[in-house]
Amino acid sequence: MSKQSINWYKYASPQTFYPLAGKMIPWFWLLAAIFGIAGLTTGFLLAPMDEQQGEGYRIIFLHVPASWMSMFIYLVMAFWAALGLAFNTRLSGMMASALAPTGALFAFLSLWTGALWGKPMWGTWWVWDARLTSELILLFLYIGFIALQAAIDDPRRADKAGAILALVGVVNIPIIYFSVKWWNTLHQGASVSLTRAPSMAAMMLWGMLLCALACWMYSIAVALMRVRTIMLERERHTEWVRALLGDTE
Amino acid sequence: MLSVIGAVVGRDLRLALRRQADIAAAVFFFIIVVSLFPLGVGPEPDQLRRLAPGVLWVAALLATMLSLPRLFADDHRDGTLEQLALAPHPLGLIVIGKVVAHWLVAGLPLVLLAPVLGIQFDLAHDALVVLTLSLLIGTPALSGIGAIGAALTLGLRGGGVLLSLLVLPLYIPVLIFGAGAVDATVSGLGPQAHLSLLGALTLGGVFFAPWPTAAALRVALE
Repeated sequence: MSKQSINWYKYASPQTFYPLAGKMIPWFWLLAAIFGIAGLTTGFLLAPMDEQQGEGYRIIFLHVPASWMSMFIYLVMAFWAALGLAFNTRLSGMMASALAPTGALFAFLSLWTGALWGKPMWGTWWVWDARLTSELILLFLYIGFIALQAAIDDPRRADKAGAILALVGVVNIPIIYFSVKWWNTLHQGASVSLTRAPSMAAMMLWGMLLCALACWMYSIAVALMRVRTIMLERERHTEWVRALLGDTE
Repeated sequence: MLSVIGAVVGRDLRLALRRQADIAAAVFFFIIVVSLFPLGVGPEPDQLRRLAPGVLWVAALLATMLSLPRLFADDHRDGTLEQLALAPHPLGLIVIGKVVAHWLVAGLPLVLLAPVLGIQFDLAHDALVVLTLSLLIGTPALSGIGAIGAALTLGLRGGGVLLSLLVLPLYIPVLIFGAGAVDATVSGLGPQAHLSLLGALTLGGVFFAPWPTAAALRVALE
């Protein structure tokens, strides 16, 4: 027997996860602040001005991380949803509903900053290009998920219905993306890719990656805070929440 | 297996025919929405010809949406749905039967009406044929995907509006390829690629949609 494996199931219960989340939140906020300051300093003070786009390009330090996060959070949400459906754990559904508003916020931010960037660069706030359109549809999917959960009073049913919707959405995202892409492509090619050397200055890339990490840490911190609130709300009739809140009733 | 589907289709069709006003309402909704567009954008034939595929397809999506809430709601209200769920046959098969019946009642009339409405938009002969064909191929996908939304919103407050919020984003690929097929015909590219993709969407949608629909129905029935 070499080493004892970690008991992952221990933290699958809200009672044990609540204090753990409480302990992690300040660290993630701290990391978000550090990465945010480092990323914004790199992006706004150290990175060189872009030859073609001037100073206006600097909005990508928010735009690109926001777009990445909006897509990634949907995947994470679908992962928790699938876990919740498969193992019938309470916490998974709570995580999925805690992530949705943050994902929707990032999708909105990505569209908004994209519009602000598009006006000086393309001369228009909005074009019906593949990436913009699929980001808009992603926002619709988030809104549908949130609206569905809000319409169902029973939290267990809300979790399961939301999980089915999130999984259907995740299967559909590639189909929607490619259909929109074939429908119309105007957007410039991807400027960061894993297969070829990035076509931007190293300093710009660093700024963007640091900002992405900051957004990542922020998302985790906010999702944990939200999931703690959801836990308290849903488990308010249990012993541990009463003990925690000092309810002597 | 086919006898189960056939029995559900027969039952739903018989129920629908006893309540023809519901079918007629969705069909007239389709006609009215399509007829509103020339009034809104003006009667120039060139403009109408360019708008026609999109307008007809969007109107078809909306008309399908309109009849979706009733897919499971009546059976849910009188308890039939619970009996169907208890039946020894997979719930997915029963869902397929209901989807087929919904298409026959809500999708097929739109397909049959489309060429007539296309004439209002001054579409050429070949474009009319492709429009009808694209609706024929695409509308089953609308019924299939819509069934997921109908099952998820079963018995909820404001179910109808919520249903459109959930389902319309998922309809986008069908809309793109359906309207795209007609556009491609008008611009001389030929509709084969779009129609093939539309067929793929329909096959995929009708094949896979019964699973999440059955899962959502079980959640709603809990």
